[in-house]
Amino acid sequence: MDAISTEGLTKHYTVGFWRPRPYAALDDLSLRVGTGEVFGFLGPNGAGKTTTLKLLMRLIFPTSGRAEILGRPPGDPDVARRIGYLPEQPYFYDYLTAEELLDYFGSLFGYGAAERRRRTSALLDEVGIGGERRLQLRKFSKGMLQRVGIAQALLNDPEVVFLDEPMSGLDPLGRREIRQLILQLRDRGCTVFFSSHVLADAEALCSRVAILAGGRLVASGALSDIHAFHVHGWELVVSGVGEPVLEQVRARGQALRVTRLADDRFALELPLTVAPERVLAELATHGGRLVSINPLRDTLEDFFVRQIAAAPKGGRMDRAS
Amino acid sequence: MTFRVIGRVAVNVFKESVRDKVLYNLVVFAVLLIAASFLIGQLTAGQDVKIIKDLGLAAISIFGLLIAVFIGIGLVWKEVEKRSIYVILSKPIRRHEFVLGKYAGLVLTLTVNVVVMTAAFYGVLAVMHWKTDPAIRAAWSVSALDPHLLVAVLLILVELMLVTGIALFFSTFSSPFLSAVLTLGLWVIGHFNADLRNFDQVLASKPAIWLARGLYYVLPNFSAFDVKAQAVYGLPVAPGYVAFTSAYGVLYLAFVLGAAVTVFARRDFK
Repeated sequence: MDAISTEGLTKHYTVGFWRPRPYAALDDLSLRVGTGEVFGFLGPNGAGKTTTLKLLMRLIFPTSGRAEILGRPPGDPDVARRIGYLPEQPYFYDYLTAEELLDYFGSLFGYGAAERRRRTSALLDEVGIGGERRLQLRKFSKGMLQRVGIAQALLNDPEVVFLDEPMSGLDPLGRREIRQLILQLRDRGCTVFFSSHVLADAEALCSRVAILAGGRLVASGALSDIHAFHVHGWELVVSGVGEPVLEQVRARGQALRVTRLADDRFALELPLTVAPERVLAELATHGGRLVSINPLRDTLEDFFVRQIAAAPKGGRMDRAS
Repeated sequence: MTFRVIGRVAVNVFKESVRDKVLYNLVVFAVLLIAASFLIGQLTAGQDVKIIKDLGLAAISIFGLLIAVFIGIGLVWKEVEKRSIYVILSKPIRRHEFVLGKYAGLVLTLTVNVVVMTAAFYGVLAVMHWKTDPAIRAAWSVSALDPHLLVAVLLILVELMLVTGIALFFSTFSSPFLSAVLTLGLWVIGHFNADLRNFDQVLASKPAIWLARGLYYVLPNFSAFDVKAQAVYGLPVAPGYVAFTSAYGVLYLAFVLGAAVTVFARRDFK
């Protein structure tokens, strides 16, 4: 059984007061996420990621299509008992303390007082909220609220966790902690569905991704299977050789571009047809040394830009009508 | 529908109102009443108790109204606006349980308020009672500590429950400002509702009379809950009237809450 599946999930909003027109926030999304997967849901801002998550949480109702979580429709209280959800930039009752908030949510799951105390204390330890747990949430920073948000999403040992932009607004340390946490969840057998607009997050974590642009699914599968992200060349960074030697390499068509990085360091962009080992061997005879070598591939941003350029004429308004 | 979940939401609303210092109004109420009793005590003997009774009941009603309207309109709106609703609705709670819990929480806050205000009210009256010369007291038509005042307070509470329900209903689909205007508007109209019934005596046009009649039945009749004058003058209010009026309030409330739940259940939280 799939942890999450959607079929033709579509959401159109009406915009404009005097002349109401439909707007396609999400168009015909069909997805399957297997149990135990870490699934990355990628796309630029406004692609429809949050709309999808809200449809899965039954915060909004689909115009057409359907969705299932753990084989049941979203909004079913039995589903709610088995999932966790972290909204984008979460906000909680700021008059409560972190402890009270988790206690309140725990009571909605029907846990007894002792059970609530145990879970609250263990989770706040896990997300690194220490003595602050007795402060009202209005005194919390954005990063700390994000931690509380994660704690509440894991309160019921969920089987499926939905995280909407879990890394946004966090410092590098915080991002690393979230990555570790997602991997821990995966190791526990939890299915993780998270949205992001940063490809690196997905590369580090996901078994599979779906890429959304303009409310439509434009690619899905393992990142290595998505053609756009195949390696299309190499970037060599070398030192110890002069510019004339590198110019010769370029003139022979073995390098597309030579960029001076520092006094003694140059970056060479090689096409995929040229073996970097041969170029390196030649440069070594002139005293060149390798500093680094990196595969060249499109970033998610490049991909988005191309997708948007290639999109059929007519906006999301026309599609919806 | 589980009462446990509704109860949890209600307790949380009560906690919020306590932490947001809503109960401070009780201090204002007590100070107002005590200050008034001193001032009025300087005026005519015999009339002062009646004036304090008038003032006290009116203050309970107005303070309650302000809380019911201004917290009622924010109950749901604030959660939507601040997006705290996203998390709570992802928990095992149904939307109607959420709305009813919010409602119950505000009614709990209001009840605590009204009970404390009433206790303070009777406290001031008791002091006036003891400080007054027994000879003057004997001339009073009604005792200062007349329990009939409680009947008026009870109906005020039922009225406030209905006002809260109406405020909540409007807040499920409109902005706080509009909700406040609509709720207060209905409250004012509801106090002059009885006039609508008598329009046939002043109007000639049949459709206008039917419209007035229709509005009379559809709009909440808040004037029915107002027995403050009878209570102050010690006039009896028939138990049947209290029961019938309360039943009317509860029935109207059930209708309003049903509408609020229906609207809320279908809403998209964009």
